[in-house]
Amino acid sequence: MGMKFKQRLDSGEFVVTAEIAPPKGTDLEQMFHHIELLKDKVDALNVTDHQSSVMRYPSLGGCIAVEERGGEPILQMTCRDRNQIALQSDLLLAYSKGIQNVLCLTGDAMTVGDHKEAMGIFELDSVQLLHTIDLLEDKKDLGGNELSGEVTFCKGAIVTPEADPWEPQAIKFEKKVDAGAEFFQTQAIYDLDNFARFMDYARQFPVKVLAGIVLLTSARMAKYMTENVPGIFVPQDLIDELSSAPKGGALNKGIEIAGRMIAALKNDSICDGVHIMAINREEVVPDILDAAGI
Amino acid sequence: MKTITRQKPYEEILQQLIFGNRLFIFGCGTCATVLETGGIEQVLELKEKLQESGFLVTGWTVIPTACDEMTSASAKENESAIQGANGILVMSCALGVQRLNLYLNKPVLPVLDTLFIGLEEHPGYFMEACAQCGQCILGYTAGICPVTACHKGLLNGPCGGTNKGKCEVDQDRDCAFTLIYNKLKEQDRLDLMKHYHPPKNAQVLPRPRIKILEKKEVEQWV
Repeated sequence: MGMKFKQRLDSGEFVVTAEIAPPKGTDLEQMFHHIELLKDKVDALNVTDHQSSVMRYPSLGGCIAVEERGGEPILQMTCRDRNQIALQSDLLLAYSKGIQNVLCLTGDAMTVGDHKEAMGIFELDSVQLLHTIDLLEDKKDLGGNELSGEVTFCKGAIVTPEADPWEPQAIKFEKKVDAGAEFFQTQAIYDLDNFARFMDYARQFPVKVLAGIVLLTSARMAKYMTENVPGIFVPQDLIDELSSAPKGGALNKGIEIAGRMIAALKNDSICDGVHIMAINREEVVPDILDAAGI
Repeated sequence: MKTITRQKPYEEILQQLIFGNRLFIFGCGTCATVLETGGIEQVLELKEKLQESGFLVTGWTVIPTACDEMTSASAKENESAIQGANGILVMSCALGVQRLNLYLNKPVLPVLDTLFIGLEEHPGYFMEACAQCGQCILGYTAGICPVTACHKGLLNGPCGGTNKGKCEVDQDRDCAFTLIYNKLKEQDRLDLMKHYHPPKNAQVLPRPRIKILEKKEVEQWV
């Protein structure tokens, strides 16, 4: 799409990001394929950081691959696996490799992943990580030492509009804004009325909000998510709609739903863009964009 | 306040016993008794089990508080039975093991694993209340410590795993930040929750951590 992600955010145009997951190992072909497939169709590509605490090829490696292939990466950076020194040095490496966008995350608990006995570091939290980037941009590190050269990032964070209870989440959201977050990618949203209410609140702040769109691939998945995944609410009519799909047609129905939601968010100017998470189905992201009329 | 312990699997206890088959067993009359991991009953159970496995137990005792200085007196009282043993099994927290290790020049072996320092919130319910971080922020958090009460030890608010006021990691556990929020709200002090906490100093006292009381005559214990 030509324009840099940050400029695109600032332009007020509807922004589309998607995400890819690095492989478990060094067979990078599928990741390269997803990058080639998506890099010109979206404004930026998130690369997940050992998502769900599963050890994989690093986000930074995936971001370098996106950059080398002419796409624009968003480095997902969690606080789970690295102490202050490691986080800061990875940011320096990222910047030196042309990576200009960072999404600051706490990271999942170690216990949900595939290294259940490993130490969860969490020396910084997501708010402190945002502050740390601010500090690096001022040519200082967390130890108070001077840095040579320059570092600038477009800083992002996440928010869970359906969090229950909402108030503590709102306080953290505001801390992230104060810490310099410029854009937010949300946890998956499915209820547009609830989301519009969240946006009435979020609009008070000088940040861009990209609504999280997680592709639903079956009624079972939708039901599981709404019952088990914190901060996700799938309205019953969407679950029914997926159930009513003909045999083998649930994926297409999910694509249709995602496309319809994106179109509504865009046409009604509810938020500033969308972040599409087609987990393990990255190849259908272009179909979702088609369904959305983008 | 109690030190929370759990007995090691019997196999693991046996694996430590490679030096001989004559043993003396210490229990502890304080935390390990309350936790039912190293009181009289558990000491006698272990004694019997070891005897069945072919070990000779030369003696046993339950020290009132294994971590304190009176432990040396208890070791002296049992001197002859201890003399007859090749190794000492300790059914207390690691503090008791290390206290005995100061006085006995024989293998001193833990029977228990020490898990955490717990506050008995209500009878039989112990929660980790302090991680001894050296920078107390309880004044900002309505007296609820996020370092221990939050699975990730976050300082600036809940993660995305908070779920209807519970922690994603364990649905039976409250999200620390829901507790903090509710209590601050009740006390009309919600502004405190907006306070930004910078990263903690991980080197308040670099390990090994020690504290020396100055200007105070410390009685010679040993």
